[in-house]
Amino acid sequence: MYRYDQFDRSFVAARVAEFRDQVQRRLSGELTEDQFKPLRLMNGVYLQLHAYMLRIAIPYGVLSGRQLRKLAHIGRVYDRSSGHFTTRQNLQFNWVRLADIPDILSELAEVEMHAIQTSGNCIRNVTADHFAGAAADETVDPRPYAELLRQWSSLHPEFTFLPRKFKLAVTGAAVDRAAIQVHDIGLEVKRNERGEIGFAVYVGGGQGRTPMIAKKLRDFLPERDLLAYCEAILRVYNLEGRRDNKYKARIKILVHEKGLEEIAASVEAEFAARPVATANLGEAEIARIAAYFAPPKFASLPARSSVLDAAQAKDSALQRFVARNVSAHKAPGYGVVTVSLKPIGGIPGDATSDQMDALADIAERWSFDELRVSHAQNIVLPHVRLDDLPQVHAALAAAGLATPNDGLVTDIIACPGLDYCALANARSIPVAQEISQRFADLDRQNAIGELKLKISGCINACGHHHVGHIGILGVDRQGEEFYQITLGGAEGADCAIGELVGPGFAADKITDAVETLVETYLKLRRDPGERFLDAYRRVGLGPFQEALYADA
Amino acid sequence: MAARKIKFDWVAATANDLKGGEAVFRRADGSWTRAVAEAELVPGGEAGAALLARAQADHAANRVVEPVLIAVDPTTRRPLSLRERIRADGPTV
Ligand code: SF4
Repeated sequence: MYRYDQFDRSFVAARVAEFRDQVQRRLSGELTEDQFKPLRLMNGVYLQLHAYMLRIAIPYGVLSGRQLRKLAHIGRVYDRSSGHFTTRQNLQFNWVRLADIPDILSELAEVEMHAIQTSGNCIRNVTADHFAGAAADETVDPRPYAELLRQWSSLHPEFTFLPRKFKLAVTGAAVDRAAIQVHDIGLEVKRNERGEIGFAVYVGGGQGRTPMIAKKLRDFLPERDLLAYCEAILRVYNLEGRRDNKYKARIKILVHEKGLEEIAASVEAEFAARPVATANLGEAEIARIAAYFAPPKFASLPARSSVLDAAQAKDSALQRFVARNVSAHKAPGYGVVTVSLKPIGGIPGDATSDQMDALADIAERWSFDELRVSHAQNIVLPHVRLDDLPQVHAALAAAGLATPNDGLVTDIIACPGLDYCALANARSIPVAQEISQRFADLDRQNAIGELKLKISGCINACGHHHVGHIGILGVDRQGEEFYQITLGGAEGADCAIGELVGPGFAADKITDAVETLVETYLKLRRDPGERFLDAYRRVGLGPFQEALYADA
Repeated sequence: MAARKIKFDWVAATANDLKGGEAVFRRADGSWTRAVAEAELVPGGEAGAALLARAQADHAANRVVEPVLIAVDPTTRRPLSLRERIRADGPTV
């Protein structure tokens, strides 16, 4: 993984010192809240319902054991011995004291981490495929490009006060696990017929109150032009994006209002006007960054593991886990392990400090010291030998981390909602917990098959409900929590925004409604291979509406 | 959110503590407490405006952050809106 150079180290250290001074001045009363608020937001510090919240950037979701152990330690010392992994591959501490935050940031800097640009109208943490560098279906490892973008966008003086926040995502596999089409800029790294590397460039996607699927600006942007082209997009947005209305300030609105042609023309003009020599990415620089992401030394192994086969024959829990939570790796004899942070009835994305320590140990011992955070709020062990899976599974089970539900109905994405978030209209977590308990039976979950259920506590859509196969949005109806359901959303290469199924449901009816949807699907699917999403696409809203509102 | 839509009969002043960020409520003696039941309750309208002004002075003095009035049931001394009940009691999960 990338290691800080002298420049990274000194800028992070300087920022910690600066913020320490700002916090001191705030606590002494020298700075007012109005003066301090923008400063704290630049450092990832929010004030939520019960406490300050610190959002820590995990660049493109990549962590080492040492870093995760540090997060565990911070959780133990400064929070309530846990942390919350978010849909943007970040980590949030929900219970920190303002006075402690400078010390937390110093501790983070020790392991090359920070909270810079995790809030505010700037370029946020760049996200990427959580299987990067590991997945069998990957064309090009997206991490070097995510890192180049991270360096370029960190403290970029021109893009510190954008009209609104700005999010980039990169995938190196055509299936798109990074949801690039719902980002401000989405990039697919690929190769052309000549084997050269380039990018499909998408712009103007996003969720929130006006969900939009991104439009493709370029099908194959040459590798060397990556930063210059992104810069051109940002320039056009910085200049022309609306600053008069917060709800219309994202680039998706600009793209929507101007249309693809006009935006493309502006971006291409800006791109053509760049000073070529300075803006191109040199081969040497690309190679220098790529070297940090060189694949680990995989042993040459047979594709099948007789050790694993034998262990699975004796252990049905292991067998379920492997069938569900292990994905194909590019190196024979290895697997990509998804560690679900969605135990039945648990809080989606939460991990205790002890669990983080356990994951760090497991990664160091069995996954080349690498971990990833996925936007589905799970953890990934990217490079596990199939021979080691029985031991890894046992170690995960001992830490309460072996829930075999990756991609199933209980693998629910949920934002913090009204239990924590100052912007929320309704709770998300208890809804997720109740649904998870209702569908606890593993045989039933597996019979239902892949079903992505996503819950947001307000229209900001941090829980990605727009792209859930079943999406749930919490609203406030005259002081009562109400939940609207959308169907048919998808986040991958077949990206779609879910459609509203009809009137919302009260809190005590929403789990029944989900169950009705699932039962309806089971009755109408052609065969078990037809996923919920496929069936929905074939039949549309009608049968689901009939089932939900039959008695209305 | 919901509080705004409910008629403000009786109100209390709430804010977040500057140092810790926890939800706090203003007592009649001017101190701030984690317990909403101990908060000073006044009728909305003029008395409410005066309470808010006192709370805002505490904000200006950097004791608390961003005070607002919330509607409270005078018999149970519980906030009327779910959001404020969650602030007073902590997360429900
Ligand atoms: S979707 Fe709304 S409630 Fe949920 S975390 Fe985002 S802002 Fe908060």
